[in-house]
Amino acid sequence: MCLNSMNKKEPVGVYIHVPFCDGKCPYCDFYSLYGNDKLIDEYTQTVSKVMAKSSEKWNRTADTLYFGGGTPNLLGQERLSFLIKTAKEKFGLENAEITVEVNPAEDLSGFLEEIKKAGANRLSIGLQSANEDELKLLGRRHTVKQAEKAVKDAQNAGFKNISLDLMLAIQKQTKESLLRSINFCAEMGVQHISAYLLKIEPKTLYYRKRDKLDVPNDDEAAELYLTACEELEKRGFMQYEISNFAKPGFESRHNLKYWDCKEYIGIGPAAHSFMDGKRFYYNRDIKGFMHDEEPALDGKGGSFEEYAMLKLRLCSGLDNEDCRKRFNMDIPERILKAAKLYQQGGLTVCDKNGIHFTPKGFLVSNMLISEILFSK
Amino acid sequence: MSIPRDRVRNFSIIAHIDHGKSTLADRILEQTKAVAVRDMENQLLDNMDLERERGITIKAHAVTLVYTAKDGNDYVFNLIDTPGHVDFNYEVSRSLAACEGAVLVVDASQGIEAQTLANTYLAVDAGLEIVPVVNKIDLPSAQPEKAKEEIEDIIGIPADEAPCVSAKLGTNIDLVMEQIVKNVPPPQGDEKEPLQALIFDSYYDAYKGVIIHVRIKNGQVHPGDEIRMMATGAEFTVVECGFCRATCLEKSEGLFAGEVGYIAASIKEVKQARVGDTVTLADNPAKVPLPGYRSVQPMVFCGIYPADGAKYPDLRDALEKLQLNDAALSYEPETSVALGFGFRCGFLGLLHMEIIQERLEREYNLDIITTAPSVVYKITKTNGEVVCIDNPTNYPDPALIEQAEEPMTNAHIYAPSDYVGNIMELCQDRRGTFKDMNYIDTDRVDIHYELPLNEIIYDFFDALKSRTRGYASFDYELSGYQKSSLVKLDIMLNGEVVDALSFIIHADKAYPRARKMAEKLAEKIPRQLFEVPIQACIGGRIIARETVKAMRKDVLAKCYGGDITRKKKLLEKQKEGKKRMRQLGTVEVPQEAFMSVLKLDE
Repeated sequence: MCLNSMNKKEPVGVYIHVPFCDGKCPYCDFYSLYGNDKLIDEYTQTVSKVMAKSSEKWNRTADTLYFGGGTPNLLGQERLSFLIKTAKEKFGLENAEITVEVNPAEDLSGFLEEIKKAGANRLSIGLQSANEDELKLLGRRHTVKQAEKAVKDAQNAGFKNISLDLMLAIQKQTKESLLRSINFCAEMGVQHISAYLLKIEPKTLYYRKRDKLDVPNDDEAAELYLTACEELEKRGFMQYEISNFAKPGFESRHNLKYWDCKEYIGIGPAAHSFMDGKRFYYNRDIKGFMHDEEPALDGKGGSFEEYAMLKLRLCSGLDNEDCRKRFNMDIPERILKAAKLYQQGGLTVCDKNGIHFTPKGFLVSNMLISEILFSK
Repeated sequence: MSIPRDRVRNFSIIAHIDHGKSTLADRILEQTKAVAVRDMENQLLDNMDLERERGITIKAHAVTLVYTAKDGNDYVFNLIDTPGHVDFNYEVSRSLAACEGAVLVVDASQGIEAQTLANTYLAVDAGLEIVPVVNKIDLPSAQPEKAKEEIEDIIGIPADEAPCVSAKLGTNIDLVMEQIVKNVPPPQGDEKEPLQALIFDSYYDAYKGVIIHVRIKNGQVHPGDEIRMMATGAEFTVVECGFCRATCLEKSEGLFAGEVGYIAASIKEVKQARVGDTVTLADNPAKVPLPGYRSVQPMVFCGIYPADGAKYPDLRDALEKLQLNDAALSYEPETSVALGFGFRCGFLGLLHMEIIQERLEREYNLDIITTAPSVVYKITKTNGEVVCIDNPTNYPDPALIEQAEEPMTNAHIYAPSDYVGNIMELCQDRRGTFKDMNYIDTDRVDIHYELPLNEIIYDFFDALKSRTRGYASFDYELSGYQKSSLVKLDIMLNGEVVDALSFIIHADKAYPRARKMAEKLAEKIPRQLFEVPIQACIGGRIIARETVKAMRKDVLAKCYGGDITRKKKLLEKQKEGKKRMRQLGTVEVPQEAFMSVLKLDE
């Protein structure tokens, strides 16, 4: 098949789920399991096969590729490079953003150099905190030192687009300890930070222990979040989504596809896709995936409601121009009216361009979105 | 039925809740082979699910049975069931008026209770022969001899012959049957006199219209007769008459003096055939109606609203249908700013109100919100005008009120003497005036209080039971109006009065109630996107305040790997949740908040 023959539709994103971990973090509810060499080999082959099949099926180019997990670095440099190569063959990936999530618990120096060569150009490192006691309570298997080394190794390997993950409202966290983490990120000279409020999800170890966890209450969590937004901006990391901050020009192109309600192909157990107006997902079952189980249909996607819900996660918000482009209409009056109700309380900003939330608004965005979208 | 009148026995069963009335009725039905045993759904007389669940009989029913006695003769037994709750005192009295005898069931382990006593007095007043029966002798705690003593001491009737039975196991039921034959007198009456038939129950049947249950006191009635209801004046043509058998209606050529049966006459609503009314013939009417008719007056009112405003027509239809069968239920449309379109409904009492609410929810599958129950207050305005207020919304401006009066009750509480202190404390707290106290026996008392009706319509019975470990029983009747110091208490959410939460209350009670309501609301109203002040006020004066703090955090921080589904589901859930909320101005209030303030003691 010739790439030039692909139609001229917008390029999509490709997400590869790598469901392997060396241990389960007590707060994590993503799909992961322990993988031995044989399983990881077979899995890599399946992913490559499914990429070929997806490419055949959709006949689209992609401009972002994202390896998420799990722990993608557990694939090792050969397999990962092989998958990047396959993806390039099947989806073009011209000028693409190619992200790999890595866990700093491993020595990554050689690995990073190799994948850089294969084409990876963005790293997302699971730092979570720059305080040892917090890391321990999170059940992370790396130290601050290891994280520091991982960032340096990445920079030495030539990565110029590095993101660090931080967690907010975790045990022991105070404004001061949070500031230490933020300063650490800033001093490391990275380009992007994701700062996620801890949510205790069912079926996690944290959930079972939830009564014994000494995590900040909602009011304290809210304060920590607002502190993070403010302090990150002071250091040049501009907020562009509820939990994402970047130096200008370094916003995650792949993740923006989700929030812009654009198309993407997800490959791997528990991975989600949105293509041709429909949403799909693979079951949380690696065996099924490796036995060619087709993704399940998850209904129609891309309705105005869904679009608005996603757009409102972004600092740019729901804007008239994009709305017109996509739905051939302005933002409905009742939605504008409802959003204006919360402007005085400092939750929303409404202007001629549209609606966007403030950090205070993001904090209550679930309710705020439903209030605004379902207003009468 | 070709059994002579002297072998007819018309009787009721009187018992306290749970003392086994329905079970005994079932056993009697079995003994008369009225139903094949395999067809017996337990407790046949209680038709409504609700009755079976609550173990009480809400409306009277009647059944005609044939019993072959030990003397070899067949007897007609007309068993007339009676409701067992104070709210239905009037209905009980009419059912009793249709009988010559009453079987008094006393629990061998519990003895006589208030309800039993009240109904027994009604029966004695009506001149009925009482046939005492001691039930539940199978219980380990049974003390049949003590129960018999109580019957003799308290009611003053000989009990040495009282059968000791276990209705549950079917022990000694035949003794009860023989006692009925022996002690309940046959009915009197003259079938040549003009017709006088007492309506003691009626219900709506979708095919035949209203079926009225009657006891023919004098005269006779046949299909084709023109009949007249003496109280309402309504006239109908008899389509059908006959006897209520255990599982069906059995048509007959006529009903004659002394008999108990049914009449169907294409009557559209039970209102036209009120319980207690006298049926006579239009062309040969009786000179006077039978005594005792009373038109029922609702005593307790509340607003009933559909949770989903779109269900208003369904609620109206449901109330209409319930009223077909329940002349005591009244309703008229009302509007609330908070709750939209609904109905102001009137009830005989609190139990009646709860029954109607439950039936609306269960039988008509409606999600409803009810407002605080209110009694009828009499307000004399400064211009001399007297108005009756059953809805706080209509409460006049205090400046225009010359005098306010509230309905009072005579209340009797029967309980083991250990609880006298607790009971008096409760009654005192409910603004009761102590009247007197009598020892029923060495360890049981009858405490007599005058209590304002509005103090007992909320949760008095629950409070009484919890203070007496369930041992107390309670009975009341209206005793008239009394001057009182009343105020209207309003609740404001975010500065706006919520009309559905207003109520009228005695001035001394306003402050604690206001505090409690504000606290309860603060607990029930979820955090919203902004702070919500809750204020309770009288006139413009704020007497209690609480605040629902603004919600701080409700966010799905991670929207990972394009998993939009989860986020969407969350949104759907929130959308559903919104449906269960009432939008009051800018504040969203869950339905439970309206209900919870009705039960402040929980």
